Amino acid sequence: MAADNEITAIYYIQHHLQNLTFGRHPENGWSLASSSQEAIDMGFWAIHLDTMGWSIAMGALFLWIFHKAGRFATTGVPGGLQNAVEMVVEFIENLTRTTFHGKNPHIAPLALTLFVWILLMNSLKILPVDYFPELFGKLGFEYMKIVPTTDINATLGMAFGVFLLIIYYSCKVKGVGGFAKELSLTPFNHWSLIPFNLILEVVGLIVKPVSLGFRLFGNMFAGEVIFILIALLPFWAIWLLDVPWAIFHILVVSLQAFIFTTLSIVYLSAAHEHH
Amino acid sequence: MNINMTLIGQTIAFAIFVWFCIKYVWPPISSALHERQKKIADGLDAASRASRDLELAQEQAAQMLRETKEQASQILEQAHKRSSQMVEEARDQARAEGERLVASARSEIEQEINRAKEELRSQVSSLAVTGAERVLEASIDEKAHRKLLDKLAAEL
Repeated sequence: MAADNEITAIYYIQHHLQNLTFGRHPENGWSLASSSQEAIDMGFWAIHLDTMGWSIAMGALFLWIFHKAGRFATTGVPGGLQNAVEMVVEFIENLTRTTFHGKNPHIAPLALTLFVWILLMNSLKILPVDYFPELFGKLGFEYMKIVPTTDINATLGMAFGVFLLIIYYSCKVKGVGGFAKELSLTPFNHWSLIPFNLILEVVGLIVKPVSLGFRLFGNMFAGEVIFILIALLPFWAIWLLDVPWAIFHILVVSLQAFIFTTLSIVYLSAAHEHH
Repeated sequence: MNINMTLIGQTIAFAIFVWFCIKYVWPPISSALHERQKKIADGLDAASRASRDLELAQEQAAQMLRETKEQASQILEQAHKRSSQMVEEARDQARAEGERLVASARSEIEQEINRAKEELRSQVSSLAVTGAERVLEASIDEKAHRKLLDKLAAEL
């Protein structure tokens, strides 16, 4: 009985941590994975439908709300929605002004997108862990992991986007030659040390998006695992741990969104700097 | 935990969201914010200017009130002075007039007395003549005794 319980618990946890994967299985062709093993077998050419769906939904929600607020924005007394939106915008504007030292009008909207989008995606975590898997199970979907930021693909995907922008702005501001020079001639400005410099700088460059993506993923994934573990308790004891953990996560959710945004601005600011 | 196409998909979604935000979301909100900031700053400026103006106006009003009061008291004082002066003058005039009246009355009285004396004198002389005539029963030459009679009258 104990062993049975253990197996159900492990199955439950694995089930909640499995994304709804669509891809080309070596045997079944293009299909939805019906087990974790099948999802792994699909390799790179697969896509997590739940991650994509929920993240796009959250991004669209962000853009819809903010676009609506922007369309009806008055310079007079702002209404409730406009007030809330302006608070966020002003917060991001201040953050950008203090953190970003170059001149680029696109950094603040970029930071706004990152912050609100990640915040919304993280916030999905506050929803009870069982609701959506159950609901989508009824609709015939085997898996449903609704928090996109607990999927390493999503966080690394965004970090990769930031990485591309770092490369783009480095090349734009310093020129391709200047960027190459920076990579090869710092920190030791001598031709014989170019390979050493290159290794050092390229590692430093690649570490940026990797740390960004893994930090967000790690925090969110760990929090999600704890939520799932708490959900394994008897139903009358769940709230005892679930409520404090959820309240604590209000902090973690916003803090992680803030950290991701701030570090992205810092990296982009560094990309704009001449040495 | 497998890395797959989702990563690329997420990057593309990220790029599209950022582009949309830069293009359509950020500019109206940001411009509305800045415009309101400017409006509020202008409003505060105007308010402080107005309060300064008000202070100035109040000060002016107080100054004017002070001046007016001063003028009024000056006028009042002048009027007082003038009235007392007038009273004084009237009193002087009255006194002088009285004195004059008294003097003229006195001189009239004197004249009356003199005239009466004169009349009396002339009547006395004729009366004396008549009396003497009666006493003497004789006519006395008026011309011959005129001198004597005049002398007698003067002695009265």
